[in-house]
Amino acid sequence: MFEVRIHSRGGQGGVTAARLLATAALHDGKYATACPFYGAERRGAPVVSFVRIDDRQIRVYSQIRDPDLVVVLDASVMETVDVLNGLKKGGQVLINSAHMPEFPGYTTFSVDLTGIALREKLVVAGSPILNTPVLGALAKMGIISAEAAKAAIRGMFTDERNVKAAEAAYKEMSA
Amino acid sequence: MKKIATGNKAIAEAVKQALPNVVAAYPITPQTEIVETIADYVTSGQMKSRYIPVESEHSAMAACIGASITGVRTFTATSAHGLLYMHEMTNWAAGARLPIVMANVNRSLGPGWNIWAEHTDAMQERDTGWLQVYVSTVQEAYDTTLMAFRIAEHNDVLLPVMVNLDGFSLSHIMQPLDTVEPGDFIPPIHLPHAIDTKNPTGYGGLTGPDQHFRFRWEIEHSMRDAVKVIAATEKDFAERFGRSYGPTENYRCEDADVVLIAMGTFGKEAEVAIDILREEGIKAGSMRLRWFRPFPNLDIAGKEVVVIDRDYSFGYGGIVAHEIMAKNQCEVYSVIAGLGGQEVTYDDMAAFVRTRRMGEEFWFGVSGHV
Repeated sequence: MFEVRIHSRGGQGGVTAARLLATAALHDGKYATACPFYGAERRGAPVVSFVRIDDRQIRVYSQIRDPDLVVVLDASVMETVDVLNGLKKGGQVLINSAHMPEFPGYTTFSVDLTGIALREKLVVAGSPILNTPVLGALAKMGIISAEAAKAAIRGMFTDERNVKAAEAAYKEMSA
Repeated sequence: MKKIATGNKAIAEAVKQALPNVVAAYPITPQTEIVETIADYVTSGQMKSRYIPVESEHSAMAACIGASITGVRTFTATSAHGLLYMHEMTNWAAGARLPIVMANVNRSLGPGWNIWAEHTDAMQERDTGWLQVYVSTVQEAYDTTLMAFRIAEHNDVLLPVMVNLDGFSLSHIMQPLDTVEPGDFIPPIHLPHAIDTKNPTGYGGLTGPDQHFRFRWEIEHSMRDAVKVIAATEKDFAERFGRSYGPTENYRCEDADVVLIAMGTFGKEAEVAIDILREEGIKAGSMRLRWFRPFPNLDIAGKEVVVIDRDYSFGYGGIVAHEIMAKNQCEVYSVIAGLGGQEVTYDDMAAFVRTRRMGEEFWFGVSGHV
């Protein structure tokens, strides 16, 4: 079983990112579950959501304690949240950043999702959309296939700019 | 077609397909998504039902009763305090033999204010004459809701059915959902005692001491018949759609020396604990109690039994544990865990089995056995 924890701020679409990732895994023929952290969530406050991916039915409902991958949609949460907490030794970190941060002991990937969203004019109510482009980066990492990423995005959004942004993230991600 | 859906959306989807004539509901966390989605279906014309927004849960159930007694299909959904606010009316629905289907998203009761999963809300409706089923996956929530209409409306049952799902851990989790074309799986409703709205007549509802007990017995008689109706419905569902269910879901129980019994999502995660225990050479199995009313016969003779109760009866004990003890004349290790959404992992569950002390009660997170 592959376990993912997504860090974002309330209102940034972290739950939708989890849903898109689970849907893409389903398109790949896998079984997946996605869930928000069940707290009293407020706009702007640091939040987490979770995704589990496996080849067989997932029977676990308790929270993910030691993820294989941590996705940071908003790097500013790192000022107050230890995003590496519980991350498996040698685990992966994908961060939305124009610069590659140092996470010794972990495999780090970075991509400027905010920049891509602004460039593609993927902005809703003044906030750049991060949850569709991040799927492109996850596809590049091999977590899901590129076809599944596109299918998941198109299943939920009709605006093709979402797919274009995901394609840009696929191309621009650094490892 | 497979998609990703929450438990709440799965219930709404099943209700859309069962197409009740009337839905009357009041929103409450963590159930709101169910009635919100149904309201959307009705407004957008995807569902030709009458949606009655009401001012309280008591009124929601009263409106369902009023609609149901005219012989039409009805649905509502609630949770926790909303369910308890309905309590007078839930008794009425069963007593009037109305096949109302309700989704109850299990949630703790305040104070302290808590919106997370617990089964005590539904347990307080235990003796009302409602059938109660507890589901453990998004798919099962959908499948069971479809079956609930057919079971409730069967002429040998004619009792309301409550489909229970754990707040947040199932209501809000997203899992794959495979929807079906129900076709004639749910036959048209025919309520033999429906009132004739074209020929209004007044009735005295009083049943005297020489009659009342007969109506009570009729409820129990139908509850016993419901066992057969449930089995036949689940069998037909499996034949048509390929997914089978029963009164319990047994996992590695055949040769087990010890059986872990739980309801809802805990009952599913327990299977992972069983795999861990089996690796250690402990012959353990799990039994997920799906139907709680009518209460099933459990195949536990000669086995040690560990029960996780996500509920409690103060001054007595874990409700499921005591029902199992009374019905089976056996001793159990009674674990009280998961109240108000308390986190319980498969590792914790495996530990409950490893450290079991038969005849004792253990409150998880509270030190010592009591």
